[in-house]
Amino acid sequence: MNVLTQNFQLYGDGFLGTLRLTVYSSLLALALGVVMAGFRVAPVGALRGVGTAWVAVLRNTPLTLLFFAMLLGLPRFGVALPFELFAVLALGCYTSSFICEAVRSGINTVPLGQGEAARSLGMTFGQTLGTVVLPQAFRTVIAPVGSTLIALCKNSAIAGSFSVTELLSTYKTLNENGYSVLWSFVWIALGYLILTLAISALFHFMERRWGAAR
Amino acid sequence: MPELRHRTPRRAGTPPTARVRGARTRAVVRAAVLLAALGSALGATGCGKEGSPPARGPQPGKLPRYTVDTGFALPGSPTWQRAKKRGRLTIGVKEDQPGMGEMNPATGVYSGFDVEIANMVAASLGFDPDKDVTYKAIASANRETALQNGQIDYYVGTYTINDGRKKLVGFAGPYYIAGQKLLVRADEEGLRGPQDMAGRKICSAVGSTPLQRIEADHPEAVSVAYDSYAICVDNLLNNQVDAVTTDDTILLGYAAKDPEKLRVVGKAFSEEPYGIGVPREDTELAQALDTAITAHEKNGDWKRAYDVTLGLSGVPAPPPPRIDRSLTS
Amino acid sequence: MTARRSPQARSSAPPAASALYDVPGPRTRIRHFCYGVLTVLALAALLGWVVDLLVGTGQFSAVKWRPFSYVGIQELLLRGLGNTLKAFAMAAVLALALGAVLAAGRLSDHRPVRWVSTVLVEFFRAMPVLVMIFFIFVALQVQPLPALVAGLTLYNGSVLAEVFRSGVRSVDRGQREAAYALGLRKTQVMTHVLVPQAVRAMLPTIISQLVVALKDTSLGFLITYEEFLHAGRLIAINMDYTMPFIPIVLVISAIYIGLCMLLSWFATWVSRRERRSVKAGRSGAVRVAPAEAGSAMPGGSGIR
Repeated sequence: MNVLTQNFQLYGDGFLGTLRLTVYSSLLALALGVVMAGFRVAPVGALRGVGTAWVAVLRNTPLTLLFFAMLLGLPRFGVALPFELFAVLALGCYTSSFICEAVRSGINTVPLGQGEAARSLGMTFGQTLGTVVLPQAFRTVIAPVGSTLIALCKNSAIAGSFSVTELLSTYKTLNENGYSVLWSFVWIALGYLILTLAISALFHFMERRWGAAR
Repeated sequence: MPELRHRTPRRAGTPPTARVRGARTRAVVRAAVLLAALGSALGATGCGKEGSPPARGPQPGKLPRYTVDTGFALPGSPTWQRAKKRGRLTIGVKEDQPGMGEMNPATGVYSGFDVEIANMVAASLGFDPDKDVTYKAIASANRETALQNGQIDYYVGTYTINDGRKKLVGFAGPYYIAGQKLLVRADEEGLRGPQDMAGRKICSAVGSTPLQRIEADHPEAVSVAYDSYAICVDNLLNNQVDAVTTDDTILLGYAAKDPEKLRVVGKAFSEEPYGIGVPREDTELAQALDTAITAHEKNGDWKRAYDVTLGLSGVPAPPPPRIDRSLTS
Repeated sequence: MTARRSPQARSSAPPAASALYDVPGPRTRIRHFCYGVLTVLALAALLGWVVDLLVGTGQFSAVKWRPFSYVGIQELLLRGLGNTLKAFAMAAVLALALGAVLAAGRLSDHRPVRWVSTVLVEFFRAMPVLVMIFFIFVALQVQPLPALVAGLTLYNGSVLAEVFRSGVRSVDRGQREAAYALGLRKTQVMTHVLVPQAVRAMLPTIISQLVVALKDTSLGFLITYEEFLHAGRLIAINMDYTMPFIPIVLVISAIYIGLCMLLSWFATWVSRRERRSVKAGRSGAVRVAPAEAGSAMPGGSGIR
């Protein structure tokens, strides 16, 4: 117990670090994922190709490899970003491929007549997708996007090994200061549980509020 | 043509299960072909040159040999006892620090000043460095764990003695006093020490103490952090940063690889006593290591080891430090 | 979209028929063609810019690629790859076994057994796999390989337990009832009737989860297991080899991603074959909850 109380600052920083990583990467992943999903259903073949390749490559890339490649590769171009930004980029791009697939299968659940009705009103592809199909798809993708973001939160632990302040890496400082390793991990685990349960609750709420009746 | 005619009726006549099995056989064949292709691709890479790419920089002469003290015994040290029973000493070293502890990726041979120190004290403990020593690469983050769970018998690898670590492991030494300095391009004129860093890009490893020191004490410098010193040095050679800063040992190691282009400058602006890490309870071993270090400093082995490693950078050997007996009492 | 009407349309996915846009007329077709050309041009420009940067910094000079021509380097990389595959093989086998045990526990008739396995499964699924690996490595002071394998096994085993369980649950009730009617015992019903059908239906999902395990073997890099990335890093930061960062990243990524893609592709192939044989008709295949291949994400099944 005293591991927590005596190192509240450290745990707090770690917790906030993980929270920041999760929030920023989620935003990036959602934005990129929706765009890529749009590409994947677009009438232009080349765009579909971009979307498909994005998903196929990133979904089969180990996240650690992505961090590894960014940290070794980007400096070669003289890119010296803060490490937290590297981490957000890696996490966001990686997760966007899963968001893309969730959104795409959500698009597939919207009844065919909706799109046909929109088109009969003279809407373009962009209008049909943006104002008719995606808002309805949104209702069905709440749950899968929620579990993807929970996974993102858990995956953010990798960033700690690449010198980003986050929850898991607090164990190193605690270990150096001679605290019980067992207890420091208990509190770390609890921190992740709080975050994942919070995301879970948030998406549960959204699901109840806007979710599609099933 | 006859084959096709033959196949069509059979397909129509066979029950669906057989058809599935046929598809499966074809798929298995396809997978086998794929695997074979992969295998031969791997096999194709199997032909290559022996040995390793030529090492850069001036080559060391003959490495020093250390006299093995075959009669040595240390019954009070559990670590030494275990090693003796095994017949081998397992030493933790670094594998990615040129000049200090570096493994040649192609040959697996370890070299550097730390490795020489590890070897000379191994000889004093009665283990032949050529035959009875196994090196184990241990990353900085896992040094304490490796010593605590007995993965290694002792650790020699740019290991600064400090109070936090003293709670977790024991130390022998120090065998070298390192200090934070600057590595610059050889043609650099305007950057000779910490006083000239204003507005210059100074690179170090992310999260490292040298980086924190620069950020705290020299806010006028532009600090740049990368994942490892190697990336910093690469960027230094490509004019993307102006200096790399960390312990002079590490910097000298890089300078020794390319003394034409790289130079270590300035007075040390910190003091890092390097020690040999041992399991915390094993003071007997630490004391024996202290005795060994002193002996090798006296008989000139220490200086010879420096000359064939860090000395290649052109910087002469400093006098060896005094052993801190308070560490082992 | 049309896939909901005719299953054939999904696989070929002709752009001409979608709920989102009409069959393009001649003008639209030209417009789309222009968009396509623009996309390709933009991609080409991006690629050209990257290649230019790489060439400009001398990443394609022979000296940067020379290390790969040495036997010792090839062996180092192959050894790293071998260690990665070794960890994967061990984790996969153990995770399948653990998954079977936990699934059996969750389907057990004994309340305490069911309760314990539920808690275990939920806990290990909720924890980041890296936290478990680090806990085993640091707190239990285990060597890197067993720590990695144990962490991957606990996590993937728990996820697989849920996969197995939902597979067994989704087998048609009639199958179970018919088996009981024939006088089979509980265990026999499970092993002879339910499990074979469940495994068959869930095979794509199982393989997809194994892709996750394969990807996660790279976490061993973080606890200094001497795997593929570790070998690559050693070569990349070596000054004697002129620090070939980009060549190493290119080679390592291509091989790692290629392996994962191969396994993912296998999962898709199995699921497509499964769908085909279900459609081809009652040739012994069971109609169980369709398993979409390749949708698994590490930790993606956590929401309740």
